[in-house]
Amino acid sequence: MDLAQLTYMANQIARNLAAQGEAAAIEATRQHLADYWDPRMKAAIIAADGAGLDPIARAAVERLRPAAE
Amino acid sequence: MGYERQPDFGTPQVHSDTQVALTIDGRAVIVPAGTSVMRAAAECGGSIPSLCATDNVAAFGSCRLCLVEIEGRRGTPASCTTPVEPGMVVHTQSERLARLRKGVMELYISDHPLDCLTCSANNDCELQDAAAEVGLRDVRYGYAGDNHLGLPVDSSNPYFDFDPSKCIVCSRCVRACDEVQGTLALTIDGRGFASTVSAGQSGDDFLSSECVSCGACVQACPTATLQEKAVKQIGKPERAVITTCAYCGVGCTFRAEMRGEQLVRMVPWKDGKANRGHSCVKGRFAWGYANHKDRILSPMIRESIEEPWREVRWDEALAYTASKLNRIKTDHGARALGGITSSRCTNEETYLVQKLVRAGFGSNNVDTCARVCHSPTGYGLSKTYGTSAGTQDFDSVEAADVVLVIGANPTDAHPVFASRMKRHLRQGAKLIVIDPRRIDLVRSPHVEAAHHLALRPGTNVAVLTAMAHVVVSEGLADEAFIAQRCEADDYRHWADFVAQQRHSPEALEPVTGVPAAELRAAARLYATGGNAAIYYGLGVTEHSQGSSTVMAIANLAMATGNIGRAGVGVNPLRGQNNVQGSCDMGSFPHELPGYRHIAGAAVREQFEADWQVTLDPEPGLRIPNMLDAALDGSFRALYIQGEDILQSDPNTHHVAAGLKAMELVIVHDLFLNETADYAHVFLPGSTFLEKDGTFTNAERRVQLVRKVMEPANGMADWEVTQALANAIGLDWRYTHPSEIMDEIARLTPTFAGVSFARLEAEGSLQWPVTEAAPDGTPIMHVDNFVRGKGRFMVTDYVPTDEKTGPRYPLLLTTGRILSQYNVGAQTRRTDNVVWHEEDLLEIHPADAENRGIKSGDWVRLASRTGETTLRAEVTDRVAPGVVYTTFHHPATQANVVTTDYSDWATNCPEYKVTAVQVLPSNGPSEWQESYASWSARSRRIATEPAE
Repeated sequence: MDLAQLTYMANQIARNLAAQGEAAAIEATRQHLADYWDPRMKAAIIAADGAGLDPIARAAVERLRPAAE
Repeated sequence: MGYERQPDFGTPQVHSDTQVALTIDGRAVIVPAGTSVMRAAAECGGSIPSLCATDNVAAFGSCRLCLVEIEGRRGTPASCTTPVEPGMVVHTQSERLARLRKGVMELYISDHPLDCLTCSANNDCELQDAAAEVGLRDVRYGYAGDNHLGLPVDSSNPYFDFDPSKCIVCSRCVRACDEVQGTLALTIDGRGFASTVSAGQSGDDFLSSECVSCGACVQACPTATLQEKAVKQIGKPERAVITTCAYCGVGCTFRAEMRGEQLVRMVPWKDGKANRGHSCVKGRFAWGYANHKDRILSPMIRESIEEPWREVRWDEALAYTASKLNRIKTDHGARALGGITSSRCTNEETYLVQKLVRAGFGSNNVDTCARVCHSPTGYGLSKTYGTSAGTQDFDSVEAADVVLVIGANPTDAHPVFASRMKRHLRQGAKLIVIDPRRIDLVRSPHVEAAHHLALRPGTNVAVLTAMAHVVVSEGLADEAFIAQRCEADDYRHWADFVAQQRHSPEALEPVTGVPAAELRAAARLYATGGNAAIYYGLGVTEHSQGSSTVMAIANLAMATGNIGRAGVGVNPLRGQNNVQGSCDMGSFPHELPGYRHIAGAAVREQFEADWQVTLDPEPGLRIPNMLDAALDGSFRALYIQGEDILQSDPNTHHVAAGLKAMELVIVHDLFLNETADYAHVFLPGSTFLEKDGTFTNAERRVQLVRKVMEPANGMADWEVTQALANAIGLDWRYTHPSEIMDEIARLTPTFAGVSFARLEAEGSLQWPVTEAAPDGTPIMHVDNFVRGKGRFMVTDYVPTDEKTGPRYPLLLTTGRILSQYNVGAQTRRTDNVVWHEEDLLEIHPADAENRGIKSGDWVRLASRTGETTLRAEVTDRVAPGVVYTTFHHPATQANVVTTDYSDWATNCPEYKVTAVQVLPSNGPSEWQESYASWSARSRRIATEPAE
């Protein structure tokens, strides 16, 4: 999968959830990725180094890791 | 069954809590107060002759044929304009009445051509019937006097003729245009004997007038004055079958009037609860595509898209396809396969495609065209209310005091509902329009919006948040409703958020372009004007914040208590005929039928037990993800039923690249569409006239689609999917779509009480149809939200990343027009092209002048993703800085220009905001010419060498 595209999507999700407050936004972003992303998309963003991810998106991807692994 | 017109009760049905008892011809009758004597007589089986009365327009009292005698009253009043009264004693037949009626008929017939035997309405003519009823045997006046028999026929409309020589000037056509359609295109020109029906201004014919060709006038005409050309060509129908339209989400029901296996005409069914006897130009007239010469009737295969197609038998096509699917699955895994369900197909067909993908292919890679239209509705309404559906039935609009239309153009995209809405607006309801364009609703005959918020494209969330700011900061919120029905903490958090000064109309005016005072006034009207209903369309969803906008709408309705009763609510106007149904049937990659997430073990196990398979618990790929995955080699085979993603999806170059990268693309459709240029298997589809099933419209109304002719390709679409499923090794044994619906009902709680037998009995059912609501649910969230308490969701305005700049200084927004439908595959193959033979680019006069562009000029429309050329239409309907076009014609391919920016939550494309430049051009672009050449080459069909 195109990592740049996945990174953009994750950041876009996080930006739109940011108004919930940081902690809630991180969890909501994680849940969104878990609920709507195909396994290969999750795997690709988890496998990447997080470069380009905004802080909320990065934290959400971090939390996604144990569930996916 | 022989052919009969649908019964006509003469005047409209009246609803009243008071019942009136009277006697008509010795029979005791009880009817609602306000009912006409004519209707009361008809309801008890009587018949009063009439010509100017019909039950879909108000009584007029002009023909003087429906006279009756009422004991204790002088004279012979017209029964159509006389309301019933308690104890009234009515006589509809007497010598005096017979004499009067015969005299009236003599006058009519003295100026009417006596060509009944060669008239297209022979034996289906109310004038003929009335003459028979009154026993007309001669005409004392003769036929030599002044008359209208020499007036020329107006044949300008492609679907019907106007022959004024047969006109009796009953005004039914004029009244139908006024009251039913609301266009007011017709009038009676002249006075007295010189009176004639006239379309538009002097010098206009029907085609050049403002007539929108809805056909209400044709339906209302009691003679052959306004008559379908098809009736003239084919003859009188001999049977009628009730079925559901395959255009748009209104879900009009029709009588398909047949002669043998030939469709003669579609006549709106008056008992249809979605359309109440009305239709538009598409549903009534644009069905000629069903027999168009372009239709493909044999399966075709090819190894490579560079090769011509080869026609094969069904068994060869299915074996070839199954072999490829099975090999790809073996080599690359189940997740390399997927499918796209069709929102034009039935619930049963859609259900089978998602079942094929899940149970047969073994993945959840199933998606539907709702991805590119109303997927944000699913997300937004689920989060706030708990389910993905509009809250009201269409009747609800008649109880609204304020109608807010945002991002929708109902008169073009949902015309039959728009007519009902306009009728209610003419009666005094207030209208707020939020749209960058001055859509027709903003100002049309006897309808004018109280407020038109002409916002900048892409700023919906900012406008709605500013409206919420007004509601909260000015104390207009319905605190009692909120306290009783909504999550308290979420409301407080939301209210604090929207109350911030940065969300005030004044602070956001520079962003939205909407004057703060106008926005405040609109918000106050919505919050305090009584029952307020929101109707929205793709101008809400097709944005990078589509889901946020849906949630902002839901918030606004909750904050003002406009949920849970007639006249209020949140109403997504669905684009295609079965978008609601395709979503209900589990077409999204993350959820099973009934909007239940695939990760839920209990639900999954229920399906696994029924289908005898193990299901993948992980969500699958959405359409854009499928295309991305195809490019990296992890997605290789796609079955597409009834969708043309190359033309309808954004960034055409990207879609083409994704399709080209796949090993196997199976297109199941009526025509070789644009997507089929990249396909390896073509499975011919069937039209809605050729199959049984159900569609679900925008008000969650499940209605039967009935087969009126055999499938020209040999198999209905559900049979093709079943044959493909069995070819890959499944064992499906459905013998009729009703069995598929039984399975849906068994596995989907909201459909638990739906069956073909119940639909036959009830006409339609609105889900949820459950034990608690056995007759369906016209209005949702009445006492509680589906999720329990309503949840306010904070929706922060996040500007789109699609920015204008020096290279691309204008904003393009796209949409549709009345005469065409979606990618135009059907409507382009009908005479509807007379109204729209090409896509045009609307551009404001100031922007046009700056570029030296005049109406009709070729212009180059370019964005960062691509460019195309089309002709310009200079109009102030669009604001300066905004241009607009449609996407109905593949020669234009507007989606070459749109980008792959999409809604943050659902990936619904941002069709409504693309930064573009527009410059004069001298003809088609290089891309258009090369695509046309490629497309022609890809559609070659090999001729088998003679054996």
